[in-house]
Amino acid sequence: MATKTRTVEVALGTAGVDSDGRAVRTPMTVTENGSVTTLEPPALGAAPELAGEHMLINIGPQHPATHGVLRLVLELDGETVVRCIPHIGYLHCGFEKIGEYRQYNQVIPWTDREDYLNSIGNNVAFSIGAERLFGVEVPPRCTVLRVIAMELSRIISHLVWLGTTCIDLGAFTPFLWSFQERENVYNLLESWVGARLTTSATRVGGMAADIPEGWTDQLRHFIRTFPKTVDECDRMLTKNGIWIGRTTALGVMSANEAINYGLSGPMLRASGVAYDVRKDFPYLDYETYDFDVPVGSNGDVYDRFLVRVEELRQSTRILAQAIDRLPDGPVNSSDHRVILPPKSRAMSDMESMIHHFKQVMEGPRPPIGEVYVPVESPKGEKGYYFVSDGTAKPVRWRIRPPSYVNLSAISKMVEGHLLSDVIAINASIDIVMGEIDR
Amino acid sequence: MLPGSANPGAPAPATPRNLPQRGGEPNPSAAAIAAKFGKSFVRSEVIWGDTNVYIQASAVSEIIRWLHDDATQQYDYLSDVTAVEFRDAEQPLEVVWHLRSLPFRRFLRVKVSLDKRAPLAVDSVWPIYKSANWLERECFDMFGITFTGHPDLRRILMWESYREGYPLRKDFPLRGRFSRAEQLRQALSITTEGRYSMEELSVAQAFEDLPEDMRRRLAGGERTGE
Repeated sequence: MATKTRTVEVALGTAGVDSDGRAVRTPMTVTENGSVTTLEPPALGAAPELAGEHMLINIGPQHPATHGVLRLVLELDGETVVRCIPHIGYLHCGFEKIGEYRQYNQVIPWTDREDYLNSIGNNVAFSIGAERLFGVEVPPRCTVLRVIAMELSRIISHLVWLGTTCIDLGAFTPFLWSFQERENVYNLLESWVGARLTTSATRVGGMAADIPEGWTDQLRHFIRTFPKTVDECDRMLTKNGIWIGRTTALGVMSANEAINYGLSGPMLRASGVAYDVRKDFPYLDYETYDFDVPVGSNGDVYDRFLVRVEELRQSTRILAQAIDRLPDGPVNSSDHRVILPPKSRAMSDMESMIHHFKQVMEGPRPPIGEVYVPVESPKGEKGYYFVSDGTAKPVRWRIRPPSYVNLSAISKMVEGHLLSDVIAINASIDIVMGEIDR
Repeated sequence: MLPGSANPGAPAPATPRNLPQRGGEPNPSAAAIAAKFGKSFVRSEVIWGDTNVYIQASAVSEIIRWLHDDATQQYDYLSDVTAVEFRDAEQPLEVVWHLRSLPFRRFLRVKVSLDKRAPLAVDSVWPIYKSANWLERECFDMFGITFTGHPDLRRILMWESYREGYPLRKDFPLRGRFSRAEQLRQALSITTEGRYSMEELSVAQAFEDLPEDMRRRLAGGERTGE
């Protein structure tokens, strides 16, 4: 019995989908005993009606990729986000309310806990604002130490951002590298102020402590070794095909949109707006330091990454200049309306004793007035707005939280993107829920 | 777009020093508002180097729109919207807008005084600045000020069913208005739907599609898995 030979050829690989979203099937040929038959593709029925079926996905509040207790309710069409409703407030502690019941120096520990990756930077920002309200000037050594504090905390914050964003997008190694360096900065802070995370390092009119002996050498060592880590992370990610694929053209904000949505910090600069509070509304003599403001061009997640990595290098530059110019002298203002006089004088000098008594019993009292002093925090423009009625406690203490305003644009940024891109976009905002909910 | 681009001849910005408490160089926008909106302009002052402009509540939208659009002002960036209530109960509540002009590198604080005996309402600046969205919601949440024209004025930091009032008002005690027992009772009696507003998600019909027993549990406010 002769066996029939039968060959079936099927074009491999999908040719894609047609304009209605149906799979395009290529014709098959069947060769049977020499005769070739071409089979037409089976007629497709009506396209399934999927357009009306939207799915709701709830991300958070307890979800590692939301960087805290953020809850996003996403309405999905297939895998595309149609609508995003963010919910916040799970960490609301009423910092602003509590601040109205505390003296100025007593508020400083609360600033640690607000943007907890930038605690020493918040301390400095608070003190600059309060000092303007009190009309107090600080000595040059204090100013330079505060610049060092702010740049160290910018490095910490950006490193945490880099590490956690890498984890979110599936890269594990840069996370370990950046957290190792962060540990080095925390060691520096620990030997300076005695605390790693909740520093409370400043006072109105000065610092809680001067740097210990040999501290600048440790900092110099850090400045020498740190750029190597940045370069390693840079090499690992910047030209990495997976990284580029997961970050480019996501969450694009044009320059005008970014300004209108009130974005600030690396988010705004990635969109091409060179607004940096350190350059445009300087404080702490930042205009005398030589550093560049990195600016992106596309305003997508990849540009935000590039801007932050470059800011790590610029912060290192500022640190190097700050150590070189660090002057000798006192760290505290000599104005004894805000800074306690030395104990020896308080016991021997009448006026010092009065200052001591007044400060301890009533607390320093600013004149009636209000100030808003913005600083460039790692997240963007952070400012403390104080209103004083002449008593020792502020009438209103307002935090202008940069990541709160940045996060408010998330609906605009994620809509139209895929579900998996929501994670990348959310990571690129660099949110800290402690600051958003306060 | 570049900060400072509209005013190239201006000296490079520098850290302010020895600012006087009152007086000093006022922001030219204050005089411009006074000249253009004479009736709606109340007064202006310079305090610690920043200019405060007090305006009438009825003209907020108009004046801030002009500050945003006019080529000689260009206040393109809204830093903050907040409110201040003073300890003196007689003093009016103030709503504060912190405006920033990137092209001119200027900062202006616009203020409106609201009489506490009247309903607290002021125009929303959301049609001008999208950043006002959450800032105004927070101000509503904390002070109870209604921003007319805001597209979605809901509580943001406190939850939807929060009944104790407006936390940053001076008549709100630091520990909350209700006793701990009452706070606990309310927290335990929260229904799922109160937290996960079905209406907001426009899936009210999805509730009907749930199995009968699940619907009964949700409607009865029963908590599961806690």
